[in-house]
Parts: sequence; C-alpha cells; structure tokens
Amino acid sequence: MNDPQRLQDQADTLKTNIGAAFPGSRAVMRGKDLHTDLNDLDWLELYVFGITGRRFTTEQVQLLHGIWRLTSYPDARLWNNRIAALAGSTRSSPGLGLAAALAASEARIYGAGPGLSAYDFFTRAHHACSAGQALENIVADTLAKQRGIGGYGRPLVSGDERIAPAMELARRSGLDQGPFIRLAFKTEDILLTGRWRWRMNYAALVAALLLELGFDRMSYHLFISPIFFAGMPPCYLDATNRAEGLTFPLSCGTISYSGLAERRWEQASRQAGQTRGEKTNKEKGHGQKNSVG
Amino acid sequence: MTQKNPQERIHTTIWHEDAEPDNPFAAARCRCHGYDVYGDMLGQASWIEYLFLLFRGEAPSPGQARLLEDLALVLANPGPRDASVHAAMAAGVGGSPSAACLMAALAVGAGGLGGAREVERVMQQFRMWGTELAMWQQKMPDYAQMDAGGIWPAAEHPPGFDPHGVNCPTPIRQSLAHLSSLSDGTCLPWLQHHRQALETFAGMPLGIAAVAAAALIDLGFGAAQGEMLYLLLRLPGAAAHALEQRDSGYKKFPFFRIELGNDPGPTTLRNHDIE
Repeated sequence: MNDPQRLQDQADTLKTNIGAAFPGSRAVMRGKDLHTDLNDLDWLELYVFGITGRRFTTEQVQLLHGIWRLTSYPDARLWNNRIAALAGSTRSSPGLGLAAALAASEARIYGAGPGLSAYDFFTRAHHACSAGQALENIVADTLAKQRGIGGYGRPLVSGDERIAPAMELARRSGLDQGPFIRLAFKTEDILLTGRWRWRMNYAALVAALLLELGFDRMSYHLFISPIFFAGMPPCYLDATNRAEGLTFPLSCGTISYSGLAERRWEQASRQAGQTRGEKTNKEKGHGQKNSVG
Repeated sequence: MTQKNPQERIHTTIWHEDAEPDNPFAAARCRCHGYDVYGDMLGQASWIEYLFLLFRGEAPSPGQARLLEDLALVLANPGPRDASVHAAMAAGVGGSPSAACLMAALAVGAGGLGGAREVERVMQQFRMWGTELAMWQQKMPDYAQMDAGGIWPAAEHPPGFDPHGVNCPTPIRQSLAHLSSLSDGTCLPWLQHHRQALETFAGMPLGIAAVAAAALIDLGFGAAQGEMLYLLLRLPGAAAHALEQRDSGYKKFPFFRIELGNDPGPTTLRNHDIE
C-alpha cells in the first residue's frame, strides 16, 4: 500500500511553475510578467501561451482566431447554445448559462468528442503511414473497430461551410499542405469513394490544423473547449430581450409518451408489501451487518 | 383556448402530461411511468422510491428502496476535504451563485479520481468481468485503456481503488459491510468477501467509488445511470458546506502558500539588474 507522505509533501503549499498572482504587485504566467512581458499579446495569444508556453506567428494567431470565429454560430437551436438561451429565458445569470453551455460542448456527437477522435486517428494514421502502412488499410481497420471516424460525417448535413474559409487562413500561414492536412483530405477521399459517403467536417480539419501547429492532445482539447463560445452570449441576450419564458416554450402536447399505461401506486405498494416480510427476515439474518470486514 | 398541434416532439417513455383545459402549457395531471405523481404517489411514495422509479421505470421493492436510501446516506456528504466539496466551498466563500457551487461540485466530482467517471468505469468492469476474481486479477492492470480516446483523461489507477490510500478507511469498510448485508444482488457481497484480495491485485485500498458501483449494479442500474446517480447523490453535502463557507467568509477559508519555481521577480528589479 501507499505512503501518505506523497500527500503530506503537497499539503498547504502549491508548488508550481505555471504562474501566480501577487495581489497589489504583479502576476506571473509561465515565468513571464503578465503586465509587462505579455502585455503585447491579444487575448487568444495569451490563452494559447497559457496552454502551450509558446508564442505563434501573426499568421498562425490569425488562423487560431479564425478557428474559433468560423464556428461561432449564434443559433439558439444548437444544443449547447440552447442551454445559454434557456438560461436567458428563465432569467438565470449570464455566467451560469454560458458555463453550462460551454460544459455541454464536450459532447459525443459534436465538439470535443469528434474532435478528439479525429486527433487520435490522425496521430495514429500519421505514425502508421510513416511506418509504411497504406492509409486505406488504416481507415478500414479503424472502421472495423469503431462505427466511424470522428470528424467525418456531420449530424445534420453532409457538407461543411467552415472548411473553405479555414483552409484560406491555413494557406496564409503556410499550413495548407502540411502532412496532417493532406492526411485529413486523403481520408476524406477514401471515405467518399466507399459506401460511407462521408465528407470531412470542421472537427477533423481543426484537429489536423492543431496537429500541424504542434499542439499535443491535452493542449488541443483545451484550445477547442471554448471553440463555440462567441455564439453563446448572443443567444443568452436574445432570450433576455424576449419576455421571460418565451424562448422554446413547450406545450403539454409536445410530449409524445410511449411508456406504460396508467397504473395505481397502491398496487406497487401492495406488491412491495408482499416481499416486505421476506426482506425483513433476510435483514434479520444479517445481524452483524454493521461489522467491518 | 385553442391549441395548435405542436410540430416538434419530445419522445419519452418516462413522463406523460394531460393539459389543463384552459392552458395547453400547464399540466393538470403528470404520470411517471404510468403513476399519477401528484394525484396518487404523493403521500404514498417516498422520495427514494420516486428516484428509483424515475431511473428504473418500476417501483422498488422495500429491500431495493432501503439499499438505495442507505447508499444515498453514504454518499450524501463526502466531507469538506473531498475535492468536489472543496470546489463547492471555493464557490460559496466568494459569494458565487448557489448553482455555481453545485456546478463546481459536479464538475470536480465528475472525474476519474473518486468521481462519477470512476463509478462508471467500475460498473463497466463489473459488466465485463462479472464476479470472476481471476478476471479482475488478469484485467485490472489494463486500467489505462478504460475510456481511452474520449474526453476524459486516461485512468491513472485501477478504477475503484484509492491511489493515495494506505489501508481501506473505516467508513468505507462500514459502508460496504452494511450495504452488502442489504443487497439481493451479487456484486456487493462479492466485493465484501474479496475486498482484500482485490486490494492486493490493485496495490491500493478500495475506494468509495467501488462500493457505490457495486450497490448501483445490485440495484439494477446501468453504468450511465450509475454515473448520473452518483453525481446527484453527492450534492447535498456540497451544498451545505458551500452555504456554510459563504456565511463564514474567505478570511477563515484556506488560501494556501505558493512556491513559484520560475518567478521572474518584479519587473522594476529586473530592469535595474539589466542596467
């Protein structure tokens, strides 16, 4: 078993190189003074510096901005945005609504789920292709093991309008012909010619772009976590500008019930009562139930 | 009042509503899995029976209700040292909204170390390996593959065990012994019987997540249901502690010392050094 000394060594004091606030004086992030050394960074540059400890070129920063900007859709029907809108409708606070919407973006069918799946696929495929394997075989193996490849296909439609403008930004930063981008498009070619007819979607392209920029898996995950964020405040605001409760009201008729027919709880109680004596005997049979094993 | 037929639908096997005659947006009667909640269950059913009904679709037997009720007691307050409660208190002490306190507890209590994801993983292991001790011994070292590829950081210890534990703490042994005595299922008694062998395989003592997982399986819940219930049942303590710290104030709440390994120092000093 373990020694509690490991916990004891970390108790009371946070030992770190990541940063600290010195209230009334200064703040440090990754060994740099926030108010002087980093004062020329825009917010997104600071965000990725906090994640990676790296500085990026102007073109790369524009691309990173674009990756967030291009998918900032102020459409309250979208599932994560809807949470922000419903928070506005019920007159909850902006912070609560936005935080919940942000948390929901780590979803299985959109956001972080497909993105991480694509990231993992490209990492694996790049390694395997470098070792001489054919991409077609890697795709087939992946599809045999899992039902799809994250970032290919899209829940609502097949095409993705964000690909072209993102690729334009990638071209400006010289990343449009990188190995992961080529891998992403070659994978799309394979999936389009097969029976799947899946097009690449934005999640795959962003994963490939962030791989080109050298983001490791956790850095990538942290970068994409707020990727939809700019679309959420307008949805909250729009709902607060409407009268309370008038965003997505649902009538009783909206509920389409297909469960059990009406029944009486006393019947459930009576059925439960029939087993009560049996259960009591069982409990009596465990007279030492509070003993510690 | 006329009611247009709504085009959008919420499909459910859980809940049915009859509208009030004068307002299609107000329910006159609500049925949960067939039971009239306010006209029949209210006054007859307990909260824990209703909770069981919501997730399982059937009323619990008295034994199941007792087991779930006592599990709820076990989980209700992990105590202020627990990271999820710590998070709720950190929200509370600064005067954050009550919902933020609970959201903090949910987020921090959701993960792979003592959180709901750990419970889900143990339930998956029970589903895959049953109560075959040899399977647990053989497969347990592959814990890092659990959840691989998803949003969750990879497991860093065998799910259900405490990587920082020395021996299985008394409350966990008390809880396991008591809950296993109530169970009609196989997992809790098996866990009680084989705890020490499993701890030897894992190289660390049993944690509360394993006890909760075994109880939830014995109650018939699936892994996703168990994950959700574990999140839910741990909130009362987080709420109470957050409120207490809100009233107590930040001056009495730990802030901790910090050791910054790469502090550049005040800028003016550095400029002076350069000159």
